Amino acid sequence: MPALHIITLVKWVPDAQLERGFTAQRRIDRTEGILGELDEHPLEAALQISESLSDRQVRVSALTIGPAGASAALKKALQIGADDGYHLTDDALAGADVSATSAAAAAAIQHVRSLAGLDAEYLVLTGMASEDGETGAVPAQLAQRLGVPALTQATALGIDGARLSVTRTAGTRQQKLACALPAVVSVTDQANEPRYPNFRAIMKARKKPVTTFSLAETGLDAAAVQPKVQLLSAAPRPAREPGEIIHDDGTAGRQLVDFLQKERLL
Amino acid sequence: MTQVLVFFEELGAELSISQQELLTLAGQLGEISVVTTSAEPSPALAVQGIGSVYAPQADVPPGDPALADLLAEAAAQAAPDLVLGADTADATDALARLAVRLEAGLITSAESIEGTTVTKSVLAGAYTTSAQPVGGPLIATLRPNSVPAAVQPGSLPQITTLPVSPSGAVELLEETELPSTGRPALSEARVVVAGGRGVEGDFSLVEQLADELGGAVGASRAATDAGWIDHSAQVGQTGVIVSPQLYISVGISGAVQQKAGMQTSGTIVAINKDEDAPVFEIADFGIVGDLTEVIPQAIEELRARRQS
Ligand SMILES: Cc1cc2nc3c(=O)[nH]c(=O)nc-3n(C[C@H](O)[C@H](O)[C@H](O)COP(=O)(O)OP(=O)(O)OC[C@H]3O[C@@H](n4cnc5c(N)ncnc54)[C@H](O)[C@@H]3O)c2cc1C
Ligand SMILES: Nc1ncnc2c1ncn2[C@@H]1O[C@H](COP(=O)(O)O)[C@@H](O)[C@H]1O
Repeated sequence: MPALHIITLVKWVPDAQLERGFTAQRRIDRTEGILGELDEHPLEAALQISESLSDRQVRVSALTIGPAGASAALKKALQIGADDGYHLTDDALAGADVSATSAAAAAAIQHVRSLAGLDAEYLVLTGMASEDGETGAVPAQLAQRLGVPALTQATALGIDGARLSVTRTAGTRQQKLACALPAVVSVTDQANEPRYPNFRAIMKARKKPVTTFSLAETGLDAAAVQPKVQLLSAAPRPAREPGEIIHDDGTAGRQLVDFLQKERLL
Repeated sequence: MTQVLVFFEELGAELSISQQELLTLAGQLGEISVVTTSAEPSPALAVQGIGSVYAPQADVPPGDPALADLLAEAAAQAAPDLVLGADTADATDALARLAVRLEAGLITSAESIEGTTVTKSVLAGAYTTSAQPVGGPLIATLRPNSVPAAVQPGSLPQITTLPVSPSGAVELLEETELPSTGRPALSEARVVVAGGRGVEGDFSLVEQLADELGGAVGASRAATDAGWIDHSAQVGQTGVIVSPQLYISVGISGAVQQKAGMQTSGTIVAINKDEDAPVFEIADFGIVGDLTEVIPQAIEELRARRQS
């Protein structure tokens, strides 16, 4: 079997536990961030595939596209277990939409493959959604640009010989799909429980290589990553009017029904 | 006249409520045509206002790069100003591919569309943005419950088979219907009663209250992760986003990822024994109390009022 190169896309996102917002330029404020928790699942999936293919050479690379701070996401990815990290950073990508991100990602993946210099099949794994963009559309756009299938929202995946199989839920149906590589798969938080890096893994990660590159090095110019969507306004959602809070004195169930009746919700 | 192309990634015996909403919005915005992945579109498309229907030569499975060909061919025929789909993974994927093909802007999870301006929630519902495509048609997915569905039965529109077949790259090995709960679909329900870790493994009270109100049953991730209820019931950022008239949150603390899935509900009721639970910050009516006492009383009261 040829070697397998699994490239996982990891995004550096503002921490959802903290206050998030927009800058005066109507861009998401990225002064601080973390590796998106949802992007730990494709990494874990990559490591499990790698472990399941003991007779095959497997390289797991983590790729991020973002400002200088995004190197923190790569560092975490290397601690979790990626073999090497790649960081595409370019001022032309500030305020990127799905189109710009997927165009940059497609070019970056080809660049990473040539840098890795492996004679390998490849598989791209992404999270189910970025925690800031939340479109879930980057994987399919990326697949379109690479000319490969996109099996999205995987709740389970595996490689058997030359075939990749994915289990997913579509509406009210559960499906099992299969295709040959290369392919793009987005992995949900149902697929696995990401491992927690221990001290040894953290020490080991320090020695793993990280390559930083610009758009020009991938062969793209700024025009190729022009956003196709223009943000006109971004406003905090008005807080909901504070409601009535009661403490149960033994009649709360009845009071609830009174409330529903008053609000004509019955 | 504005041309709206609506994409249906599936077509059952009847249109789902979200599909009816898509057609309603499309009808408000302009003239409607439909493109579907099924080679033999069902009679469910016998709806007033649909001009034409485009279909492939054989069913195209999800994930297939041929989806881009299917939608691009349909777009070449319909010359749409706007392409709309449901806020599902399959529709998002197909429209995402079309957007690349047409070099057009894609906006997912729209809550309203006027002209080509789209309003939506971002950052787990903390912000509302409006955005527009930069040239080209607008390609958008619409969140359920964004428009009241109003479609009238009509005659079956003419079906045009496009010269598109599945690429063969993706094989659908198995497909099974998830077991039906017999309750309304979560994303479309007018009433949702959702349970969290506080139900301690027992969803029966939540289910009974949902049934009393004709609603769907939802859950927090803590409850689905624990295996107390199927993942399809999960409400939130990585589950279903709901916007019912009434959301009753039971034994759920109200983490940001849970709120992301329900905070646009019409009325929010919260039952939680911890008065500091964040869910009370967004509740219209909050009960600090034990769910095992509050819910049985509410059910009894509902039944009593129904009888009188
Ligand atoms: C990337 C990411 C995505 C996530 N996506 C989702 C998502 O889609 N949906 C989601 O829900 N969560 C999601 N989460 C998890 C989320 O952060 C919370 O951990 C989860 O919502 C907590 O569930 P809970 O409120 O049921 O449990 P807890 O936070 O443990 O709250 C249980 C509540 O029950 C109350 N309670 C206990 N007993 C009783 C009783 N007898 N009567 C009344 N009240 C009682 C307690 O006071 C407490 O407030 C996500 C997390 C991450 C990191
Ligand atoms: N800037 C980025 N850098 C790396 N990966 C990304 C980036 N943006 C999106 N992705 C990947 O695409 C997935 C879906 O993102 P989105 O379409 O923005 O919801 C994420 O979970 C990531 O795996």
